[in-house]
Amino acid sequence: MLLLSAAGIAILLYVVVQSVAEQIAQESQDNILAASAISILDSARVVEGDISIDLPYSSLSMLDSVTDERAFYAIRLNDEFLSGYPDLPRIAAPNDATAFQSTTYLGEDIRMASTWRSFSTLEGQAFLEISVAQTLTGLNQSIARISRISLAIGFGFFLLSMVVAMVIAQTTIRPLHRLTGSVSRRGPSDLRPVAAPVPTEMAPLVTSLNSLMTRLQKSLSRSEDFIAEAAHRVRTPMAIVRTQAEVTLRRVEKEENRQAVREMIRAVDESSRTAGQLLDHAMVSFRTDDLARETIQLDELIVDTVNRLHPISELRDVEIKTHKLMRTKIQGDPILVQNAIQNVLDNAVKYTCADTKITVMLDQSDGTAHIRVQDEGRGFDDTEIDQLLLRFERGKNANGIVGSGLGLTIVDDIMRAHGGHIILSNNAGEGACVTLSFPL
Amino acid sequence: MRHVILSIVMWLLANVAYAFEIEDRAVFGDETENVPLRIVSTADISYFKPIIDAFRAFRPNVTIDYTVASSTEVMNAIAQEKQPFDIVISSAMDLQTKLANDGFARKHTPPASQDLPDWAVWNDMVYAFTQEPAGFVISNALFEGLPIPQNRQQLISALRQNPDRFKGRVGTYDIRKSGAGYLFATQDARASDTYWRLTEVMGTLDPTLYCCASEMIDDVVNGELAVAYNVLASYAEKSPHRDKFTIILPSDFSIVMLRTMLIPKTSDNPILAADFLDFVLAQTYPSGVSPLLKTQSLGQAEQSTLYRISMGPGLLVYLDYFKKKNFIAEWENAIVQD
Repeated sequence: MLLLSAAGIAILLYVVVQSVAEQIAQESQDNILAASAISILDSARVVEGDISIDLPYSSLSMLDSVTDERAFYAIRLNDEFLSGYPDLPRIAAPNDATAFQSTTYLGEDIRMASTWRSFSTLEGQAFLEISVAQTLTGLNQSIARISRISLAIGFGFFLLSMVVAMVIAQTTIRPLHRLTGSVSRRGPSDLRPVAAPVPTEMAPLVTSLNSLMTRLQKSLSRSEDFIAEAAHRVRTPMAIVRTQAEVTLRRVEKEENRQAVREMIRAVDESSRTAGQLLDHAMVSFRTDDLARETIQLDELIVDTVNRLHPISELRDVEIKTHKLMRTKIQGDPILVQNAIQNVLDNAVKYTCADTKITVMLDQSDGTAHIRVQDEGRGFDDTEIDQLLLRFERGKNANGIVGSGLGLTIVDDIMRAHGGHIILSNNAGEGACVTLSFPL
Repeated sequence: MRHVILSIVMWLLANVAYAFEIEDRAVFGDETENVPLRIVSTADISYFKPIIDAFRAFRPNVTIDYTVASSTEVMNAIAQEKQPFDIVISSAMDLQTKLANDGFARKHTPPASQDLPDWAVWNDMVYAFTQEPAGFVISNALFEGLPIPQNRQQLISALRQNPDRFKGRVGTYDIRKSGAGYLFATQDARASDTYWRLTEVMGTLDPTLYCCASEMIDDVVNGELAVAYNVLASYAEKSPHRDKFTIILPSDFSIVMLRTMLIPKTSDNPILAADFLDFVLAQTYPSGVSPLLKTQSLGQAEQSTLYRISMGPGLLVYLDYFKKKNFIAEWENAIVQD
């Protein structure tokens, strides 16, 4: 677009320069022709009642002074031809002092000037008409030269404006690029205002972008607060409902009623777990927004977490074994990291069968620490492995197991916040493997 | 017998073909076999033969038909009669310029055009191939005891101081009859007022007026003339009686005529004509070997005094009806004093 308009202006410039210069060239030729005609007219005098003309040598030689030009002239008294070239065309309107005309003569394009003066002769008042013409060799040469020059000017202008346009576009776009870069490099929940320096023209854009982000941030945190609040409020009554249900279970004797109460307890469990996970998620979101950077002794943290889970695993007859824990330090928020490990182990315990074991390993490679959690359960379904990290997505094979679908989402958020990632895979034999990778 | 009649018819046709008046004609090479290159020229056959011979040595199977006519007749042959000549050579620069100006000449740019001086070409049509100065031809016998005049002023003084010796013994062109004489006279008058004083002085001495340079030189040689004014040095140098006269290029200024050639539009054979033109120019410039360039007097003359007639529309001025009438009237006033 910019180049097109530059080209348009360049062409316009070329046309303007060309036509102005052509006009000037034409005018200078006309001036010489007029001077020639007038010098002939000035040499005319009346001798004994007759017109006599003493053609000055320069009147025709001046026409040839720069370039070789063919020259023609005609001297006429009223309509009577006196001297020169009898068939030289005449200019129709002999009123002006000097008139010019472009025409052809002897097959050549010529420019002609005519001038008039009245004389008193024996026959009375008569108009002496002098016409001088020349070929256009010199004019065409100068026009060709002008053409080349104006072409060069136009092209030069085009090049210059191209360079200038590119420089301007570069300088204009560079901060925009910087802004784009800084915005797109952000994590999904990074809603801090943009602080990168921008040119004044872009300040309103950035201001409105920042204000949008602030509003987004506010509404996001409000809804998270709301969820956390709601979860919290739900959890307490749930606990009461569960206690009451258990008490009722003991009292009820009819088998079908007991079954109904058990179903109720199960549903309550699921709801309260979801509420707990929602709280966890809110906590994770809050903490990742302003991530703490402490040194974590990862192997110790794993042992600690495994110990915490001991009561649950024992309940399900699952053994959690740590194996080859390499001493590793990472930077991060210990609460979040522990939450992530706990979520993964929790899942493993839930989805594995009784009397199996879960192995937790820790090693390092390529500047990354890998925590691998392997179980002997049913593994992931290969077709849905990518969707399991999404919120409220649960595996198809999870039926009958209490879960919210938030666990792996929380883990994923925590890993991202720490610059790491989670990989879900299946073991060669049976069971699933979850790998948490942290940068060292 | 039939053959003879055919030959006569052919001869008649050949002569009748030219309505303009020719002075001489020669054919170099076999006319029946090749289409000839037809040249019409004001220069004598003997004068131009060296060039023709050189060209035929270069292009052996070219036939050249060379016709000599006066400059006015040469002009007529092309402008009025549209004769299909291939090359027009003339010493009348004004008429050559007029031919080109009036659209009778073909444009041609020779390959050696960058070697040509600016004055040697006009409008890519008229090309000069000689430079021939005009000067005084002074009879050694009749100037016996007098210093030889070196410029116009000294000539005027000599004529004024010895009217008896020079009465009836000065000669110049009759500019009414000779195109070359008119060209020299007008250029002389344009260059200096001395011309008119000299003409007036000659007018008092009962001058003889000539149509042609050769007759003037003859009369100097046989003692009729003491001084001939405005004679081409190149002609005088070729006289077999070179010892009888002295050629002076006036030291105030010498008019230098350029002999020119052009290719007329009526040419049937413009490619061969262009070849011939290119050949002559290549022989001439930048410092050529043309046999026409060997003019002794030009080599000896002071370059700054050489007044080269420049080609261009300026030359048309003196062909103007009024201009010519006025000039000849003025000249007659000066030279014809009864």
